Amino acid sequence: MVKSGTIILNTAARFLMPLQLLFSVFLLLRGHDEPGGGFIAGLVAAGAFTLYLFAFGVSATKEVLRMVDPRDLIGIGLLLGMISVVPAWFMGQPFLTAQWWTIPIIDFKASTPLIFDIGVYFAVLGSVTGMVMTLMEVDKDEP
Amino acid sequence: MQLAVLMGFLLAASSPLLHRWFGHRTSLVLALFPAGLAAWLLLQAPEIIENGSLLLEWQWVPSLGISLTFLLDGLSLLFGLLITVMGACVLVYAGGYLKGHPDIARFHIALVAFMVSMLGLVLADGLFTLFIFWELTSITSYLLIGFNHADIDARKSARQGLFVTVAGGLALMAGLILLGIASDSWSLAEILSQEADLREHALYTPMLICLLLGAFTKSAQFPFHFWLPNAMAAPTPVSAYLHSATMVKAGIYLLARLHPELGGTVMWVGILSVVGATTMLTGAFLAIHHTNIKKLLAYSTIMALGTLTMLLGIGTEYAMTAFVTFLLAHSLYKGALFMVAGILDHETGTKDVTQMGGLRSLMPVTAIIALVAALSLAGVPPLFGFIGKELMLESVLGADSFRMLLVLFAFVASILTIAVAFIIAIRPFYGKRHHTPLEPHEAPLSMLVGPALLAVGSLLLGLMPALLGANALLTSAATSVSGETIDVALSLWYGVNVALIMSIISLGVGFLLFKRWDSVRAKLSMLAPIMRHGPEAGYEGMMNGIVQFSEWQTRLLQNGYMRNYILVMLITLIALIGNSILLRHSPIFVFDLDVRFHEVVVAGTMAMGALFATTTRSRLGAVVSVGVMGFSIALIFILFSAPDLAITQLLVETLTVILLVLVLFRLPRFSNLSTSLERIRDGSVAAMMGILICLLIMTSWSIQQFEPISTYMIENSAPLAFGRNIVNVILVDYRALDTLGEMFVLALAAIGVIAMLKLRHGESSNGKNGESSKVTTKEPYDG
Repeated sequence: MVKSGTIILNTAARFLMPLQLLFSVFLLLRGHDEPGGGFIAGLVAAGAFTLYLFAFGVSATKEVLRMVDPRDLIGIGLLLGMISVVPAWFMGQPFLTAQWWTIPIIDFKASTPLIFDIGVYFAVLGSVTGMVMTLMEVDKDEP
Repeated sequence: MQLAVLMGFLLAASSPLLHRWFGHRTSLVLALFPAGLAAWLLLQAPEIIENGSLLLEWQWVPSLGISLTFLLDGLSLLFGLLITVMGACVLVYAGGYLKGHPDIARFHIALVAFMVSMLGLVLADGLFTLFIFWELTSITSYLLIGFNHADIDARKSARQGLFVTVAGGLALMAGLILLGIASDSWSLAEILSQEADLREHALYTPMLICLLLGAFTKSAQFPFHFWLPNAMAAPTPVSAYLHSATMVKAGIYLLARLHPELGGTVMWVGILSVVGATTMLTGAFLAIHHTNIKKLLAYSTIMALGTLTMLLGIGTEYAMTAFVTFLLAHSLYKGALFMVAGILDHETGTKDVTQMGGLRSLMPVTAIIALVAALSLAGVPPLFGFIGKELMLESVLGADSFRMLLVLFAFVASILTIAVAFIIAIRPFYGKRHHTPLEPHEAPLSMLVGPALLAVGSLLLGLMPALLGANALLTSAATSVSGETIDVALSLWYGVNVALIMSIISLGVGFLLFKRWDSVRAKLSMLAPIMRHGPEAGYEGMMNGIVQFSEWQTRLLQNGYMRNYILVMLITLIALIGNSILLRHSPIFVFDLDVRFHEVVVAGTMAMGALFATTTRSRLGAVVSVGVMGFSIALIFILFSAPDLAITQLLVETLTVILLVLVLFRLPRFSNLSTSLERIRDGSVAAMMGILICLLIMTSWSIQQFEPISTYMIENSAPLAFGRNIVNVILVDYRALDTLGEMFVLALAAIGVIAMLKLRHGESSNGKNGESSKVTTKEPYDG
């Protein structure tokens, strides 16, 4: 049984988790040009939740996640991955051909690879968090 | 036409809906469909007879060269007409037979679907299309034989029929592919019209054997005949349709179709005549063992199928005429007789002919139909069956090879068949009245129309063979079977010849046999112990063997022990990699000792981690040392400037350690359960794996078979994919499809883990920790 919470771990987790999540989004968005990307970012985010799980236990983490079940995140990830396939089809190109659009005012380059990467991010995040959380849940109930 | 045939599947699917609208008249409505198709075929007949054949082209999958082209020539026209006309009769008949049956809609779905598949089979021009329809007939007939699915015998028979015909179907597929390769065409019309002689081709023997296996299993030839009598578990309309005129003749159709290209060789003549004659005799001989009227008919059908195969084997011009005539005659009388059998069963409640008697006065119409059809089966003039039998005997007498054997077999078989015909025509209708489970009375009109029509057909065609253009139709069919023009001019009287004398003698002996049937049967029952060792026993043994083998290999391979799974996987890998690297390529050892000091340190750390992990007696120590290895690998990635890989490795390693720690608390105490022999085995497997992988990496590093693709990726990453991080561009752009697949794999794995944990969790918290906790106690963790 994993004992939740020494005071150092608790305090660290409380501050580290938002930072880690922020860092994961940073890694995700810059991934196309610098080291990073959806897979790594997803792992970092999963790491953030795992740290929180260790510190505060399953029910507290569920509260942080609010209504979102990690298993739903897997689904969202796969859905985004599939969605990114479609635009090329409308353009009459082979599936998965990358499409790029520039959003005018903020000069942000949106693209299907980005949507795809976000899908990877959610799928990884959901899978890992889901597995760890279930393991801990089972662990908690069985002495 | 293609559209009409395909619409048939839609019609089949919509039959439950039709039932809601038309109630018990649905059968009549559905019968309009085959009747319409028959009319269409008749309209095409003059053109086909004139030109020889008609090709209706329709591209289906042009990129694969698969088309739904229909080939209409004399042979397919004859078969198409048989299928549609018999189909209409059977549908009307089934409406009466299954009246009020709760599942009649399901029956109609399967029957119409079968009809359409069978029609597609005989009309198909493409080899693939032919095969698809062939398999469809197997599947739909499985559904039809197993229609009474609550009955265990029906299920067993349906499965048996399916296994035998589908196993043959596999051989057929191989045969058709060989045929396509040998003739360099996938269209029957092209194959039949091409100049090249396939008989000379190197692939002729394997091709012929595969095709024959397919045809023989489908058409119940010896030794695959046993499924047909068992298929009598089907409702009688099904037997009347599938087991007299259509499905069992699919194999015959295939042989006839390919006869012009493949027939006439020593192998063809030898196999077909001997197997056909053996089947003919076996069927006729086994028939008189049975008192069940449907079994009697089934065995006599086997006899007829054997006759047809034998005639194709003989292959003379006379035999071709006999083939088409016998085919038509048999379909007419056997369909009628099966329907009569169904009427008897339906009205009296028994299938045993010895339990019936004196029904003539109660069911006069049925009695007349039975008499006409049975006399046609016996080959008594002036019925059409007589012409078929005369021609058959005549061609046997004119056979080029195995003449004496064939004559003997044909003579004995025809005596036995005549006895069977008398049993069916006389036994139930004459003599003393027996008490039967149901009070018999004449069948309803819907059940009489079909058999009456077929019986009248037998009579009219016998009296006036030239009527209704039958001669022209059969001429055209015989021409397509032989490949050369054959003029069929049937007549009832060929003058006094050997065949006629044989006919008369067999009639007399057959009648005597019928008179003494009961005592003959009693004597035959002594043969029962020998009969048990027939081909069916072989089939049963094979099926049991397959089940036992799969149980054995499941116990061996899927035994639930993680370590065994890993062992099997590693040994397989070693075998595969070892085979390819040591035997096919020469391994290359490149010892380039240009290493830096820090690289040696990292590698040394890894080696020490590995060594410690295998020797430590502490679980936590093992986890930590595996972690050390992982982080060292990350370090190597950094040293060789692959930051993305390094980050990923670090993160994965961290999460792995966390997961391991979580699991660690649930493991039992560390104990030593494996013997030293097992340790040596495991150790050597691990060592071999390590050495092989090392060799593989070194070899693959020094072999440069193709220009590496990485140059292209590096050059185009920024200009084409707008990304400077090549690893990420590969993941989300170049190889996005792979990544998508991996996402699904990951998701599935996660769902699997969650489901397994939750399942065990749920079970144990409900207090039912029987099954699942056994797994943990059974599993001795030997570290």
